[in-house]
Amino acid sequence: MTPQQPHDAASPLLTLEEVSVDLPTSRGNLRAVDRVNLSVAAGRTLGIVGESGSGKTMLSRAIAQLLPRKARLSGHVLFNGQDLTRLSSESLRLLRGRSIAFVFQDPMTSLNPVLTVGMQIAETLQEHLGLEARAAMRRAVELIASVGIPNPEQRCQQYPHQFSGGMRQRAAIAIALSCEPKLLIADEPTTALDVTVQAQILHLLAHEQRQRGMAMILITHDLAVVAGRTNDAAVMYAGRIVERAPTRVLFKHMRMPYTQALIAAIPKLDSPPHTPLLAIPGLPPDPTHPLPGCAFAPRCAYVRDQCRHHTPPLVPADHSHEFACWHPIASHVRATP
Amino acid sequence: MTSRGSQAEAHGPSHPLLRVENLVVEYASSTQTVRAVSDVSLAIARGETFSLVGESGCGKSTLARAIMQLTKATSGRVLFDSLDLTALNASALRRVRQRLQIIFQDPIASLNPRRRIADIVAEPLLIAGVRDRASRESRTRTLLQAVGLDPNLAASRFPNELSGGQCQRVCIARALVVNPELLVCDEPVSSLDVSIRAQIINLLESMKAAYRLTLLFIAHDLAVVKAVSDRVAVMYLGKLCEVAPTEQLFRSPAHPYTALLLDAIPRPDPDAAVPATIPVGEPPSPIAPPSGCRFRTRCPRAQTLCAAQIPPLREIAPRQFAACHFPLAGTT
Repeated sequence: MTPQQPHDAASPLLTLEEVSVDLPTSRGNLRAVDRVNLSVAAGRTLGIVGESGSGKTMLSRAIAQLLPRKARLSGHVLFNGQDLTRLSSESLRLLRGRSIAFVFQDPMTSLNPVLTVGMQIAETLQEHLGLEARAAMRRAVELIASVGIPNPEQRCQQYPHQFSGGMRQRAAIAIALSCEPKLLIADEPTTALDVTVQAQILHLLAHEQRQRGMAMILITHDLAVVAGRTNDAAVMYAGRIVERAPTRVLFKHMRMPYTQALIAAIPKLDSPPHTPLLAIPGLPPDPTHPLPGCAFAPRCAYVRDQCRHHTPPLVPADHSHEFACWHPIASHVRATP
Repeated sequence: MTSRGSQAEAHGPSHPLLRVENLVVEYASSTQTVRAVSDVSLAIARGETFSLVGESGCGKSTLARAIMQLTKATSGRVLFDSLDLTALNASALRRVRQRLQIIFQDPIASLNPRRRIADIVAEPLLIAGVRDRASRESRTRTLLQAVGLDPNLAASRFPNELSGGQCQRVCIARALVVNPELLVCDEPVSSLDVSIRAQIINLLESMKAAYRLTLLFIAHDLAVVKAVSDRVAVMYLGKLCEVAPTEQLFRSPAHPYTALLLDAIPRPDPDAAVPATIPVGEPPSPIAPPSGCRFRTRCPRAQTLCAAQIPPLREIAPRQFAACHFPLAGTT
């Protein structure tokens, strides 16, 4: 194991430095994540938004070193001063679940179908916190109650299939929170849920994040979820972060045309029926055949010659806002064209 | 006609293209019966886009399938241009099917992976008895072009060579190739990314105008529903709780469930307030729905009457119908 670097209290909890993920496929190398730099501080929520194939899930897996076996990771993932890319698998195992916890889109990914929900939480507590069996079970009941599941004692003795979708996600959240993680990564946590249940789960996650002063990364394809529930937001396209800013700045003063187009494409509740939507033409690029230049260029309304030949770097607009575009939208332009 | 049948006329147009009367769909297992659609009546005018919204398990897809005769109704009638589809035999049904088509949520799964796009789109023409190969081919090319695919590139491809959005375009072309009057769209954009979703919604709107279609649109995303609909029906546990013109329903919902749904939608605006009231609970199991009003177990306005009596769908405001003993409209 590498010697631990001293942890500076002012530094962010998590810092990604030039993180790339390459996947060998039958059609050639696929660069799923391309030189991502990011940081998240304790007590903050970062939203990562992107369409399918943009690399947002692969990026979240890269943070916890949970990539597919064939994937190649480069760059550094600094968590609490430690470079996770250099940790042994045993040290990583102790870290995951304890300091970094996950909530996935499908709660059955993290729930064991043949164990009662109470047993699963108790098992985590015994493994990571060394609680003895009875104390662990008592704590499991408290956790199940704290995530808003009625009749917690009875519920702890039931199996996941006896829970509804929303209740399963609550149970998965209870397991994720059981060891008081410093970082919670929620990957599309409400995508499979109905709108009324989605509101409940987002509310629960926000409440727990504030209460515990955790850092949270909320990964979603839904800009509306990012808008209401995050401090900062990063937009991914074709494996890269193309814009990152405090959430309000991103929605009101975006500089990257893709961000603008994505927000404009959402149907608006205050538009009258049959208002044509501002669709983005074309398709996302094929990740096994990266284009020279900006990946969004073929679909961009503001494209110029330079964009097709040279990849724009992610540059800071100010200390908290960065974007990757040669011809950004003027900073005074409002969200909806 | 029963008195409840005349109620169906009351909340719809007088000469509808499609009329559903007291439709019931039950699924039976060896031990229990689930009433997925429970006594639903509605009517859709020619040229109208009528949307059904509701959460998973509310019966909206079952209702669509029962209208299309893909699922057999337990009782009730489906009148398409005055023809009772539930009473037709197989060959009569096949003839009328050309006039009503359906597209589904998962466009890739809806296409046979072993057939070329041109053959997939041309198949309804074969079923409709168009014998002449040249006219099938020319009609297929016209439709591929109309949905925004280049016939020269797309025709010989297989579905796995196309993206999800392109497959949905193929599904739309296949549905429209026989010139239907009614197009049922069951969650047509739910599996698509935001940037592609807008393309497909715009395409459906332009196809509706070009082919003078009537649309029955099923979705759980209220913002999408607002964008395409003339009238909206909200379903909960197999029953309609509200039917109203789109603007009216979104501006002043009458049923507390409609209000709850509207409140729960996350807004793509960081300045929009996060909803102060968080909806409670989840829809109960349709195997044992609550007595009286099915929404009462989650309703902030529920009173003892709601457990005792099923509220009928009644007119609360002009053209706005709600099944609620204590509706919201008019009280605020």
